[in-house]
Amino acid sequence: MLLRSLQLPRREFEAGTGWQFKPEGACRGDACIPLRAPVGDPVDVAAVAAAIGMPLVGAPEHGLWALGPAAPNARALASAEAPELALPDLDGNTFHLSSLRGRKVLLYAWAPY
Amino acid sequence: MWQALRNELHPRGFELVTVGLDTLGAAGCRAFIEAARPAHPSLIDRHHVLADLFGVINIPSSVWIDETGMIVRPAEAAPAPPRAPGSPPGFAPPADLPQRMREIMAEAAKIRRDTAAYHAALRDWVEHGAASRFALAPDEVVARSRPRDADRARGHAHFALASQLEIDGHHAAAIAHFREAHRLVPESWTFRRQAWSLEKVGDGPLARFWQGPDPARPGAWPYAGDWLADVRASGAENYNAPWRP
Repeated sequence: MLLRSLQLPRREFEAGTGWQFKPEGACRGDACIPLRAPVGDPVDVAAVAAAIGMPLVGAPEHGLWALGPAAPNARALASAEAPELALPDLDGNTFHLSSLRGRKVLLYAWAPY
Repeated sequence: MWQALRNELHPRGFELVTVGLDTLGAAGCRAFIEAARPAHPSLIDRHHVLADLFGVINIPSSVWIDETGMIVRPAEAAPAPPRAPGSPPGFAPPADLPQRMREIMAEAAKIRRDTAAYHAALRDWVEHGAASRFALAPDEVVARSRPRDADRARGHAHFALASQLEIDGHHAAAIAHFREAHRLVPESWTFRRQAWSLEKVGDGPLARFWQGPDPARPGAWPYAGDWLADVRASGAENYNAPWRP
């Protein structure tokens, strides 16, 4: 997830990372990591990333940071349930993979290089 | 070829979703997509979220997802469908192709493609669904997805940062983070090929396929490897893992 600031509205952090802040800590599905300090709004991204174990790298001279994907089970897939994928087509219209429920889908990665 | 297969299987509840992984976005993918005129969703992925979300490390590769949204096969090499008998011959290289491109094509021809097994399995799954032996159980799907330790997760963050720096016009800054992504996720061909493709050699149709030092200024190449050197070092036959039923 790309960031232009290390202070991020709580809603954006939750939507971008899949983590949700609950009284018991930062949670993904049923799994929660207790947090020592309550999470504010905006979220202090550096502190929360360190607490949940998400890598944070930055190019502060360009005002840009990136959070790496969480991998609680040390595999690329946390579960076999397909994550939501929302990407634009050539015209910039966003397509949601979940709109194809009811069909078998072959998701095919290619590149023009 | 994929499009013909999609059109054949579409009435049986199948859909193909193609995703172009390219930091250059629509500008990089447009010519290819417009030439294919796809009837299926055709998407653009500037930051390689398919790598983050599904563990894609190479192209072409596929993920199979069933009607309920469960992955039944994680990312794996996806060979093009077999050619129909009597179909016209494929790409014939022009006589004046540079030596490097000839060598790249010779290596590419050695890359493992389990076409018959993969496509028999795909048709079996489309026909039989969950009863197909090629539709893997959820635990097996997770276990077969790529390993992701702390270093690899950090490498993905460097890649996202690099691709956005490139988009923002900070090419030199992007290179440093692409290099970190390559170091931390050494098995990803897409992370490397993406970065190499941004070091265009010339401005002709081969500029992004050169993927290596410019013969006119070889010292300016900013990466540890290049397509030809890396494929030769690992062996073209090892470029794709063997397909597992």
